[in-house]
Parts: sequence; C-alpha cells; structure tokens
Amino acid sequence: MLSAIQPTSTWYLVIAAVLFGIGTLGVMVRRNPLVMFMCIELMLNAVNLTFVTLSKSMADINGQVAVFFVMVVAAAEVVVGLGIIVSIMRRRTGATADDLSALKG
Amino acid sequence: MFLAASLTGPDIPWSHLLPLLILLGSTCALLLLGSLVPTWPRIGNVVVTMTAAIASIIASIVDWNHLYWHKGDTFIADAIAIDRFSVFATIVICVAVAGSALLMSAYLSRTDSEGPELYALFMTAAIGAIVMVSANDLIVLFLGLETLSLSLYLMAASNRRREESQEAGLKYFVLGGFASAFLLYGIALVYGGAGKTSISGINTSLATYVSLHNTDGMLLVGIGLLMVGLAFKVSAAPFQVWTPDVYEGAPTPVTAFMASAGKVAAFAAMLRILTVALGSRADDWRPVVWALAILTVFVGSTMAVVQTNVKRMLSYSSISHAGFILVGVEAAGHMKGNGLNSSMTYLAIYTVLVLGSFAIVLALSGVNDSDTTLDDFKGLAKRRPALALAFSVLLFAQAGVPFTAGFVAKFGVIKSAVEVNSYAIAIAAMVAAVIGAYLYLRIVVSMWMEEPTSSDEIVVAAPVRWVIGLSVAATLIIGIFPGVLLNAAELVRFAPR
Repeated sequence: MLSAIQPTSTWYLVIAAVLFGIGTLGVMVRRNPLVMFMCIELMLNAVNLTFVTLSKSMADINGQVAVFFVMVVAAAEVVVGLGIIVSIMRRRTGATADDLSALKG
Repeated sequence: MFLAASLTGPDIPWSHLLPLLILLGSTCALLLLGSLVPTWPRIGNVVVTMTAAIASIIASIVDWNHLYWHKGDTFIADAIAIDRFSVFATIVICVAVAGSALLMSAYLSRTDSEGPELYALFMTAAIGAIVMVSANDLIVLFLGLETLSLSLYLMAASNRRREESQEAGLKYFVLGGFASAFLLYGIALVYGGAGKTSISGINTSLATYVSLHNTDGMLLVGIGLLMVGLAFKVSAAPFQVWTPDVYEGAPTPVTAFMASAGKVAAFAAMLRILTVALGSRADDWRPVVWALAILTVFVGSTMAVVQTNVKRMLSYSSISHAGFILVGVEAAGHMKGNGLNSSMTYLAIYTVLVLGSFAIVLALSGVNDSDTTLDDFKGLAKRRPALALAFSVLLFAQAGVPFTAGFVAKFGVIKSAVEVNSYAIAIAAMVAAVIGAYLYLRIVVSMWMEEPTSSDEIVVAAPVRWVIGLSVAATLIIGIFPGVLLNAAELVRFAPR
C-alpha cells in the first residue's frame, strides 16, 4: 500500500520547513558555539531543499542555480566561523556561549 | 567547442561597474604587495585604500552625471540595477570606507599591529555593500550581503589581544548567520510565491498575475521572513540585541564602518526589496515597518539612558537612528511622496555624523581601545576644549538640533511621513527624539561641567583629526545650507521597470 503514495512537492517543502525549525531551535537552545554553527548550516540546507523543490515544481532553473550560490556562501561562512571559534577556543578552552559574557548591559 | 560557440554571455557594462572593479583591484594589489614586498611601508596600506575609495567616489560621481539624463537600467541579465539610487548609496559607502580607513591607520599604529588585512577587509566589505545596493536579483543581493557580513565578522573579531573583540566577533557571527538564514528562507519562499528571483521580475509578476497556484500564503510567509532578516541587519527592535555588544566590542574604526556602510547597505537593500519587488504588496508589509519603526525609536532612545559606556550609548543611538530611517521607509511604502529620498538623505548625513563621533571615541579610547566609559569623557573641555567642542557639535547634530545636519535628516523623514498622512508615526518619532536628546546632553554635560578624572595628555593622531574636522565641517555646512545635499537626494530614483 505504501508504494501507492507518491510524494508531492508539498512533502519536500514540509520537510524543509521542519529542518529549518530544528535548526532554529538548535541555535536557540544549544550552548556550544560549534553546534550552534552546525544548526545554522542546517537552516541553510533546509533553504536549499526549498529552492530545489520550488524550482522543480515551477520548472524554472533559477532556483537550482541559487542553490549553488548558497553552497558557496555556506562554505565561505565555515571558513570565517571556524576561524573565529578557533581563535576564541585557543584563549579559553571549552568555552560555551554562556561563558562569553564580558559584553552586556 | 560546440558549447563555447553556442553560449553567448550577457553584456557587461564595465564603465558602470568601475567602483567595484577599482575596489576589487586594490584589494588584490594590496594583499599581494603587503605579502610579497618585504619593505612595503605601513603607510602604503592606508594610501592604497584611500586612493581606491576616492577613485570610486569620482567614478560614481561621473556615473551620477551620466544618470542625470537617463534614469538608469538593469544590466547583466537583470542581475544588477545601476540607477541614481545605487550610485548615491555607492558614494556614501565609499565615503565610509575612506573615513574608517583613516581611523584604522591611527588605531593600528597605536596598537602597534600592522599588515594590510584589515584594509583589504574594508574594501571587500565595501564591494559587498555596493553589490547589495545595486542588486536587482535577490540571490545577487544575498551574495553581496554575505560578502559584507563575512568581512564584518572578521573585522569585529580582529583585535586578538582584547577579549571583548573576540566575543563581539563570535556573537555577531552566530546571530548574523542566523539572520542570514531567515533572509534566505524568505527569498526562497518569495521565489515560490512569485516565480522569480529578479527584483524587477517579482514586481511585474506580482502586478500582473493573479495567483494561479494559490501561493499567496507562501509569499506572505516569505515577506515576513525577509523582514525578519532585514530588520536584524538594520538593527531594528526587537532584533537589535546584538548591536550594543558588537559595537562595543569591535575595534572603534570597525564600529564606525559597521554603523555607517553596514547600515547604508542594509537599508538600501530593504528599500529596494520592499518598494520595488514587493511594491504591489505594500499594504501587507507597511504595518510591520510601522511597528518596527515605533518600537525601534523608543527602544533606542530609552535604553541609551541607562548606559555608562559612551561606545554603548552611541550604539543605542544608532538603533534609534535606524528607527528614524524606518519612519522614512514606511513613508516610502505609500508609493508617493519622498520617503525614499528622505531615507537616503538621512543615511548620508548619519554616515558623516557617525564617522566623526566614533573618531572622537577613538581619540580618547587609549592603547587598549577600552577607555570609553562616561568617566573617561568627564571634563574633556578642560583637557582638550577643541575636541569637546567638536563632539558637542556632533552630539547636538545626532539629537537633531537646528543648524546642524541632524536636523535636516530628522526633519526630512518626519516631513515625508506627514506628507503621506502617517501622523501617528511622525508624532512618535518626535517624542522619541526628545527622549533621545537626554542621552546626548548627558555626554555633553559630563564633558563641560564635570572635573576631569585623569590629567593624561590626549594625543590625537593626524588622520583622526582630519576625520573629525571634515565631519564637523560637513555637519555644519549641510545644517546651514541643506540644499547642497537635498538637491542631489531629490533625484534619487530606482531604475524604470
């Protein structure tokens, strides 16, 4: 019976929205800078899935081109983000987002 | 062979892209020279950056004169729009680069660090900002935004001896990436709702076609997510929490750059997306901008009152300025009147004010760039009267006192709001301006009426003096003869679509 169910584009859009929600929740509840960063990447990939689905359902190539650009941006973000995280970790080993609290008010 | 013969690329208007090309060429040249020439002098970095910024300004002015007769157009397969709006914003961004590079040279010689990286990052950030203000495609806009943001994250974290700088970098990075993801999801859903990523294309498709696939819900959610991302980037309340931390922690020249060029680029992108792409849906997004504007002016001016750090006060003041510009954006959302022009005027004036104000903070901030509490400003009039006078002029201008540029800016946005009958928002802005004045007066009072807490001599480096002098001069000239700026800002238009 299961084989009779054909996934439509809505399914993929919903999956993407769920992934995006998991990413958002992760950034908000996790305290490890590296994990927060991975959650942001998850959000970007959810957007990629949305782009591909919409591109396919509208038969328009622009959405798939956008995905390549987003991947490039995500890769560049990894370089910059890890650079910042590593330079902090070198100073204070095992620091979490809560430990960085010199600036407030 | 077959592919190469059958593919024809789009026409590229090289002459219109000169500012970008100059900045890109200078970035590459600077990085190569700095790493390959062993005797490359430190002053060479700032000279190359200033030359590139001034050359870009000249190229943009030439382009402006050309666009005086043409309204501008979209180029490179609709990816880039070169119009008076983008050229005006480009000039403002290049002024911010020149000013912050001068401040950076003083900052770097004081902390005894060297190297061309920070100057190169200023220029790559400016490239991103210019791409953002002239993007006619949401994906191109996103690329510009990320080019700008990634450079800013690094610059914020660049002082490795100061823990606050690192913390500011990480906070900015995590929250900036978070907001970018929202913006991008918004772009994807707007693409799903309108079937296009091109900004002028979305305009035509929303204006002409009645939603066939019942995609209106998707479009509305997309607009909402776009607004969240943009509100974060312009530091509008309730998405402003990162601003004081990042502005305080980042090196002062970088803060000046973030507050000027970063804000100009973000607001320009917001104006173009909202009024061009989503112009036909203005009734959907205008109430959101209305609420953001009122919340932002009040949060900015009231939270500033309890601060004790001048850099932090100025960052809250930048939030309240963002609120005032949002008043102009709301007026632009009525698709008549001159909300667009008054917002751009505000951004240009604000850039001048913020560069000068942070230049003075830099002059006092000491070797560690951390002497920025209100106590450090006490009795400044007794130690350096000229510096205190200059800061007072700039603070009065930020408060919107007549005969200064700040008055022209605030008057412009409020007038444009009144012209489209948005009385409530205009009144709220005026009330917030009065509350905000307390913050500026508090700094002025402690400078002139209190005793100095230290008697160390304040050495103001020559580049910082130039920035302060030029900024004060521009503030007074625009304040007394507003026509010099208003006549140019009157002409700001988007390319015909």
